Amino acid sequence: MNHIALKMLMGDRGKYLGIVMGLTFASLIMTQQPAIFVGILSRTFSFIDDTGLPDIWVMDPKVQFVDDIKPLQDTVLYRVRGVAGVGWAMPLYKGLLKSRQYDGTFQTCNVVGLDDATLIGGPPIMLEGKLEDLRRSDGVIVDIDGATEKLGRPSKVPGGKPEPLKVGDVLELNDKRAIVVGLAKTTRTFQSQPVIYTTYSRALSYAPKERKLLSFVLVKAMPGQDVPALAQRIRKTTGLAAYSHQEFKDLTVNYYLKNTGIPINFGVSVALGFIVGAAIAGQTFYNFTLENLRQFGVLKAMGASNWTLLRMILLQAVLVGSIGYGLGVGLTALFGYAMRNTILAFKFPWQLLVFSGAGVTLICIFAALISIRKVIKLEPAIVFKS
Amino acid sequence: MEAQTTAAVRCNGVFKTYDTGGDKVVALGGIDLEIRMGELMMLVGPSGCGKTTLISVIAGILDQDSGSCEVFGEDLWHMRSGEKLKFRARNIGFVFQAYNLLPSLNAIENVSIPLIINGIKRHEAERQAAKVLEQVGLGTRGKSLPSELSGGQQQRVAIARALVHNPRLIVCDEPTSALDHETGHNVMELLKQVALHHDRALVIVTHDSRIFGFADRIARMDDGHIDKVVDSAEKL
Repeated sequence: MNHIALKMLMGDRGKYLGIVMGLTFASLIMTQQPAIFVGILSRTFSFIDDTGLPDIWVMDPKVQFVDDIKPLQDTVLYRVRGVAGVGWAMPLYKGLLKSRQYDGTFQTCNVVGLDDATLIGGPPIMLEGKLEDLRRSDGVIVDIDGATEKLGRPSKVPGGKPEPLKVGDVLELNDKRAIVVGLAKTTRTFQSQPVIYTTYSRALSYAPKERKLLSFVLVKAMPGQDVPALAQRIRKTTGLAAYSHQEFKDLTVNYYLKNTGIPINFGVSVALGFIVGAAIAGQTFYNFTLENLRQFGVLKAMGASNWTLLRMILLQAVLVGSIGYGLGVGLTALFGYAMRNTILAFKFPWQLLVFSGAGVTLICIFAALISIRKVIKLEPAIVFKS
Repeated sequence: MEAQTTAAVRCNGVFKTYDTGGDKVVALGGIDLEIRMGELMMLVGPSGCGKTTLISVIAGILDQDSGSCEVFGEDLWHMRSGEKLKFRARNIGFVFQAYNLLPSLNAIENVSIPLIINGIKRHEAERQAAKVLEQVGLGTRGKSLPSELSGGQQQRVAIARALVHNPRLIVCDEPTSALDHETGHNVMELLKQVALHHDRALVIVTHDSRIFGFADRIARMDDGHIDKVVDSAEKL
């Protein structure tokens, strides 16, 4: 009877495509919107991911997320180094400073100061120059997106794209000279500001004078040390907050989830996609069943059981669901691929496939259930009505 | 074909009422009827007299309120629904006024449905369906969709579908009413020639007096009762 069910489904091309399109739309919205949501959220902690070497991040206990800098005294570094189990502890400066553009305007940049000796915490991928070039006088490394877009030189052609910064170009950070010695690939941050790496001491010279300027202490545990236990020890000894890589990411994500409108905005989009998809697919599938009610009645009269008809409807629902889901997910993947080099945040982890798969399954179950109810209650005597 | 004395269907005091928004409408008011093996029995009468209700009860797709209706000695009313389905699938073939072919299936696939319902594999079912289609003169139209066939051809496909699983009772509801005189006549010729058999009975509900001559017996119904049963149209 499977063959008959499929032929019944595909016999009416218009209806069949209508159901598939409804499910494709639902699947697309339920995958694409969360993918952007995940992309945006992952940008909130992209700096933590890019700074992959340390096991533990030490900071002021009042810090709520990675960009919420509450500076520490430099002496904190030595207190952390004194905790048993700490392999190394390095200072990291992170702050927003203004860069004067070639046209006289200012661009806020994320300036990261790395330990002068070790340069720990540097960008993940160097595209031009070397990390060690930071030791050159006034040397800074700029992320490629910032260099290409926001820090680029104004185009010589009116209305044209800015010319990307190159190695050797000079910037002005807080009225101080900075020479581009390298270009790096970093993950875009939530605020999409250019990221400028330099040494810790030079970053302090760029930063406005304050009593405290140390943003974080990056800690590597000694080999064999239990990281959570070491973090706990640092907390106890110094009275500061100490988070593992993952804990700091979670802290940051949770802050954005609780304190911004992002989840509700995307949640509404996803819920609307689900409801509209369910309505379109459910109604079209139900209408399809209603129009085929007489055919189901004929099968019932000829001896097909309710269970057989139920299996036929389920098969039809599974087929349209699978095709709609595949198309929706495929379109989302294409969308992500097409947008890969743009500013759009997009991340497509496997969990999203499960999420949208579950959503489409729910829609199909809903569509099948309302149809099945009608078919099960169907009196086969309907076949004798002309 | 000479009818045997063995009863294919035996109805005794069959009552059926419909509830139409508070009012009870008596569709069958105590029907007594016997249909013999090898017999072509026609049920005739005005609209609303209960003909369709009676064949629905006989075919086991509608339960009577009281009375008994035995088909090949089995009282369908007392059967469990699963048994009734199996009984219907094995023993009863249907020909409908509106053909009721599945529009997205071709002729062979439509004819093979009763065999598939009876658990025969699709390939074998379609092989047997093609044979029966040849018997009804549509051997070359097996791959045609219903929409590509004329009304008469569609009714032939429906007849093939009613015959393919060798049922012992064939129930036809107005099989010629949607056809012109000549086509209707041909369909009845075909039914009598292919479907009627000494161990099979045919019940045909019809308004079409032009085909009364094909009947072995005719039961005239009115207002939920059988007025009379005659063996030729002239005696009606």
